[in-house]
Amino acid sequence: MMSTQTRWVGEAKRAHHRGAGRVGMALRAFAHPTIVLLALCAPLLATEIPLDQRRSGYEDLGRDSKAMEDDDTANPATFWVLDGETIWNQKAGTANKSCADCHGDAAQSMKGVAARYPAFDERLGRPVDLEERINLERRDRQNAAPFKFESHDLLALTAYLGRQSRGMPIAEATDPRLKPFIARGRALFEQREGQINMSCAECHDDNWGRKLAGNIVPQAHPTGYPIYRLEWQSLGSLQRRLRNCIVGMRAESYEFGSPEFVALELFLMQRARGMTIETPGVRP
Amino acid sequence: MEKHIMGATRRDMLLAGMAGLGAALIKIEPAAATPESMKKAIRQVVGEATVRTGRVTIDVPTLVENGNTVALAIEVESPMTKENYVKAIHVFNEKNPLPNVISAHLGPRAGRARISTRFRLADTQTIVAVAELSDGSFWSASADVIVTLAACLESLD
Amino acid sequence: MARALINVPQKVKSGQVIEIKTLISHIMETGFRHDNVGKPIPRNIITTFVARYNGEEIFRADLFPAIAANPFLSFHTVATESGTIEFEWTGDNGFHETGSAKITVE
Repeated sequence: MMSTQTRWVGEAKRAHHRGAGRVGMALRAFAHPTIVLLALCAPLLATEIPLDQRRSGYEDLGRDSKAMEDDDTANPATFWVLDGETIWNQKAGTANKSCADCHGDAAQSMKGVAARYPAFDERLGRPVDLEERINLERRDRQNAAPFKFESHDLLALTAYLGRQSRGMPIAEATDPRLKPFIARGRALFEQREGQINMSCAECHDDNWGRKLAGNIVPQAHPTGYPIYRLEWQSLGSLQRRLRNCIVGMRAESYEFGSPEFVALELFLMQRARGMTIETPGVRP
Repeated sequence: MEKHIMGATRRDMLLAGMAGLGAALIKIEPAAATPESMKKAIRQVVGEATVRTGRVTIDVPTLVENGNTVALAIEVESPMTKENYVKAIHVFNEKNPLPNVISAHLGPRAGRARISTRFRLADTQTIVAVAELSDGSFWSASADVIVTLAACLESLD
Repeated sequence: MARALINVPQKVKSGQVIEIKTLISHIMETGFRHDNVGKPIPRNIITTFVARYNGEEIFRADLFPAIAANPFLSFHTVATESGTIEFEWTGDNGFHETGSAKITVE
């Protein structure tokens, strides 16, 4: 069970800046007495989980959920993947073009794409995630209306595209322009928020592997998105999952498509770099 | 502007989310099944016959990953010949709004009396599987399942 | 839009007991939920599933609201002869979906 000593020192600083101050620290001390002791002699270390200790949420699944993910014919996510293939080949917009008209066979042209998204967009001067990329293409190339977030069609397309990267490692972001956005994502991951003054890092960096309400806390690597979540009984995006977590933390969620969510997605993908894409995954 | 590409304001998204996702819904508690209504539902299937314990195995996690989708398998010991086979497998629960889960009808062509599915459990409860054999006898097994709420939900309703 | 996924072993030996797995896309709305303004959402479920092997019924199931969305059903049958296994799902609001798979028995 890993608990990183830097976590405590980092948060003490941030707590001070945000004015969360003594209440936050007292709560934390109560919850994690061992970490309080460690903090007194804490050297500064990287907060990252080393690659050889990175663990996909798949590892924590029960036997039947693993079987669901392993077998495309038993995974309801396949319905979305198949629909995505249909949409890929359908003409759309006033340009009357399909994705295939420009990109050909997705199995070739889209291989590895989901593994390196979010990616930097030249024109916008910031990273975009796959959902936004799809909608930009629809606007610019197909002259078609954007898909709504979490709509069946957008999920189907992201599932289909994600599936083309299955088995590939998440790519390291080498574009230097992404650096400040990754840093922003990290800051959002580490900041305390909400009524119980928690951060993502507290569970997913410091307490992964432990139980929370009958489930094992995962390291939270986005290796399988979009996922079929048992809770939703449906397929959903990483942003939807993040919203669930933030609401679970009793904090106010960001909007779908917001720069905060894209920064978080980017950071999480980098935090998971080198891990294998499983899309479409099954998670509780 | 980026907002147009995403197509909606936050409020629209929340409302659309609730309607479309169908998950941020308020559950008004209906009359739930009870151990009594489960017994009644079982009576409806078995009539006056005695239900014996045995021959039936329930394969379900003791602590579910998520109560909304729980893997379930039922197996009944039987040679599955024309003279001796499992006619039906019925599954019941105690605390969902309705006591019935599934009724499967088999025959000697099945070869093996094993079915599996995924079901929903509203709360920690006991489930019961009843097998009806070709000789008119009934056999059952029960399993206690623990269900907890997920920590991360769409809304706090 | 894709509706049903069927998993049947394609080539089997005569007399072999095989597992058939089926998955169908369906919301399985229980009828016990209410929307965010308190209006009840009507029930919308698959109520019956039937499998036929060369026309003869080999499996039937009655489903209730407790079955999770995108119902998964697996059962067994003895591979008797080559042919077609057909699947039929019926439910509320006139829901009716079919599927089939060929099987070669040697």
